[in-house]
This record gives sequence, C-alpha cells and structure tokens, in this order.
Amino acid sequence: MRMVKRRYVLKFPPKSGDKPLSYILVKDYDIRINILKAEVVPGRRGNLLLELQGRQSNITKGIEYLKEHQVECSPLDKTITLEQDKCINCGNCSAVCFAGALTMHPETWELQFDKSKCIVCELCLKACPLNLFEIDFHDDAE
Amino acid sequence: MKSYHEINEKIKNGEAVVVTAEEVAAMAKIASPEEIAEKVDVVTTATFGAMCSSGAFINFGHADPQIRMEKIRLNGVPAYEGLAAVDTYLGATAVHPDNPIYGGAHVIEDLINGKDVVLEAWGKGTDCYPRKHIKTVINKESINEMFMFNPRNAYQNYNVAVNSTSSTKYTYMGTLLPNLRNATYSTSGELSPLLNDPEFRTIGIGTRIFIGGTTGYVVWPGTQFNTSKPKNELGIPVSNAGTLAVIGNMKEMSSEFIRAAYYEKYGVSMFIGIGIPIPILDADMARRVSVNNSQIETSVLDYGTVGTPKLGQVTYEQLRSGTIKVNGTKVRTAPVASLSKARKIAEILKKQIENGEFLLQQPVQLFPENTSLNSLKETDTNSKGGAL
Repeated sequence: MRMVKRRYVLKFPPKSGDKPLSYILVKDYDIRINILKAEVVPGRRGNLLLELQGRQSNITKGIEYLKEHQVECSPLDKTITLEQDKCINCGNCSAVCFAGALTMHPETWELQFDKSKCIVCELCLKACPLNLFEIDFHDDAE
Repeated sequence: MKSYHEINEKIKNGEAVVVTAEEVAAMAKIASPEEIAEKVDVVTTATFGAMCSSGAFINFGHADPQIRMEKIRLNGVPAYEGLAAVDTYLGATAVHPDNPIYGGAHVIEDLINGKDVVLEAWGKGTDCYPRKHIKTVINKESINEMFMFNPRNAYQNYNVAVNSTSSTKYTYMGTLLPNLRNATYSTSGELSPLLNDPEFRTIGIGTRIFIGGTTGYVVWPGTQFNTSKPKNELGIPVSNAGTLAVIGNMKEMSSEFIRAAYYEKYGVSMFIGIGIPIPILDADMARRVSVNNSQIETSVLDYGTVGTPKLGQVTYEQLRSGTIKVNGTKVRTAPVASLSKARKIAEILKKQIENGEFLLQQPVQLFPENTSLNSLKETDTNSKGGAL
C-alpha cells in the first residue's frame, strides 16, 4: 500500500504528559513522526506540528487513538503563498524562516522558496516589507 | 594618472573599460593596483536598500480658483504644507493615520507607476488665494514637477543587527528573533558605493549617479554625515559613517528600483536603488575599489538593548557565509537589502557607460573632511526665555 505524508496540529491537554503517545504511534501504528514545530506552555497545554508518514489507514487509526486520549488533532489546512514576481530579494523573510523554506541562493542572492520545508509558522507574513506572503486555506494540504 | 576629461573622451568614443566593483575585486586577486589603474577606466558600484530619509518635492499646478494649500493629503497621507501655495514635500515615512501600513513611500510608488492619487487640500482663503478646499485626482502626467530629494541615502557601511533579549524585536533591520537567533545586515559589501571610495575622492557634490532607474546627482553630504567613525587598516569605516543627499527626476523613475516598504511595528520606509560610477584616476583609486568582502568589516549591535551596545565585529565575507559568531555562539545571518538588485543596477550603469550614454561628472565641491555628530541635548526650555 502507498505511503502518505500528512501534517497535523496536535493540542495536548495539561495531563497528557504521562502517556507515551508518540511511542504508541510509532510502535502500534507504524507511523514515522517528524516534529516540525513544538510549543509548550508549562501547566497549561502543548502544541505540536507533526508530519506523519505511513499508510493512510494507519494514520487515520493513529489520529483516532490520539483523540481518545483527549489530544485535539486538526489537519494542517493552510499553506503559505508568495507573490514571487513582485519580490525584490531583500532577504527579510529568510531572516525569520527557521524551517529553511525561505533561503537566499548563495550565488545569485535571489530568494528560494521550498514549500515542502514550510511549517506555516507565519513569521514571514510580518517580516516581508512588501507584504507578499499570504496564507492559503484549503482542505487538504499536501 | 587619468583625468575625468580623458575618461569621458574614452566613454564618448566607446573605448572605456568599465567593470563592476565585484569584478574589480576579483581582478585584484591577480593584478596590482597599478595594473588595474592602467587597464580599467570606470568601476560601477550600487546598492538597493531601505532608506528612510527619502521623499519627493511635488508641484500640483494651480486650480481655478486658486488655493493656498495649508493642509495637504495624498491618498490620505499627510504631506508638508509649509511650502508656498501648491508645492509640497512628501516624506517616504509619512503614514496614513487610519491605515499605518500605507505611507508616503506607497504614494511615491503609485505616482511613479502612473496611478491616480487623490489630492485633498485645505486653505484658510486669502485675497489672492480665495479657495478653501479642493479634492481632486492627480497623476504624474497632470502635475508639474515631481523630483525625489533624499536627505540621507547610501549609508557608507551599516551595522549588523542582533537581539540578545528574550523577546522578538521588530525593527527597520527586520524581525530580530530573541536570544541571538538571527543577525541581519544591510549593505552590498564590496559592491557598495561609499565603501569603494571611503575617503570621498571622487564622490562629492555634483557627482552624476543612477537613482531609481534614471540619472540623478549627489547634491550634498547626506544628513548625519560622519567622517569620525573608527576605521580599519584600509581606511574603511567599521560602522555607519558617510551618507549622501541625492536628487533625481521622479517622472523618469521606475518601481523596479523604487519600492515602498512597511516594517512590522516600525513603520513605512522605501527601498531605493542607487548606482555610482567611480573613475579610476590613479593607482590609489584602483586600490580603493579593489577591496573585497573579507576586507570590509562592520559592527554587530544589540538592537534589543537601549543604547545598542556593540557585541562584535565581522567581515562581509563572514556575513555572506550564512553564520557569524556573536558572544561565542553561532548566529544565522540574513540580508535585508537586495544584492541581486544592486548587481542589476551596477550592470545597467556599466552598459550605459560602455555605450556612451552616461558621462562622469567631476564633483564641483568635495565633502568636508572632519565631521562628527551632535546628539540632541535636552535643555530646560524655561531658562531660554523670550522667544518661547
């Protein structure tokens, strides 16, 4: 069966820290996990942006398992778009892009946007002095 | 030794040898300054960065009946009202009071692009200018003059910005992430105009330049012109030092080289493209233009801390490598000025000179040699009496 990649935003309640949830996803559901972004507010909640790779049926079951344990799971349903033809290649967006999606070519010094590395942290939206980035909302972000 | 006249004769005859400052920096690795002075006539330099101290003089023409404009708005952005009846100065950083992401720079870009702009003005009404209000549409064809006059452009070197605090800082040097997680820099390094003529031997009042897509002039040392900043062993300042006041016909400019900008939680600014040709009069000038990024240094300042303390000194070669070391830790670097645009300008200027379309202008007066800056002192205004 075909392997697929899906991105999910997971919101953990305060008391979920005692369960080895990611271990179970790997062990029981054969899902490869790539943590793209993590935020923890101690005592309150934690947010994770995960890229899950595996069979679609296993990912569906894994997500169901997480939901049973009070973890909110929502598919990442947005991507970042850039009006590249208006870009002046100043580099301001690359200064804040820690995912490595926005980089300056080391010879031409033109902006390169590798969407596959984008974790939709949205820092580039405010960093661009020409306001060339937008959030594109859709149902199923590949 | 070559004179401006000799170089211009070569340009007119299509015989001038012109290279960019990046090309001459590469040549200098295998050629001496004497050999370069022999071979090369002109070196083109360029920069494309946000330059806040910029703006435009505009004359709207008189309406019938006439109005003495004492309050002026262009697309809602305030323009200066203290210049005769229908003249104004529109500052790049002025902002629309209800829409602070739109400002003078955006109006300037709209005018350059030939777009219609709403002019609204008010006057008290006088015997010779009876009208009290006007609201109309202007564009670059309808108005008389519009020329850009920028009091401070093309900074000679600029600081690297970092932020050592635990919160994000939003600055004109871009978004500075906390705990030294990024560093931004804003100079085209070995291609930058005033780094290639650090003692202003050829760039002075009257120098003909490329500005915003057309031909313009250096008209004065820029505001905050400072020759007293520390220099390295090559005589190049290691922080922001000299500046230029420049002028150019905005009707001939292109938004390819003039772009409005808005910086989050800072305000509006304007990207300006400037190119300056440097005549290679002698071996000394050849040596000046031969500097490369490993020989140009700048200061790393902490923009998160009041007083912006200096945390280190780095070369442009290190900045371009992608990481620098600050306080012993590796910090990722990013530019906030466009090197690709600067290169394009240097190439355009090179072609114009090669084709005999752009002659060099010897400065009619050189800049002052020993300048430093005053800071603004806060004095007890009551003790000054009378006039206040």
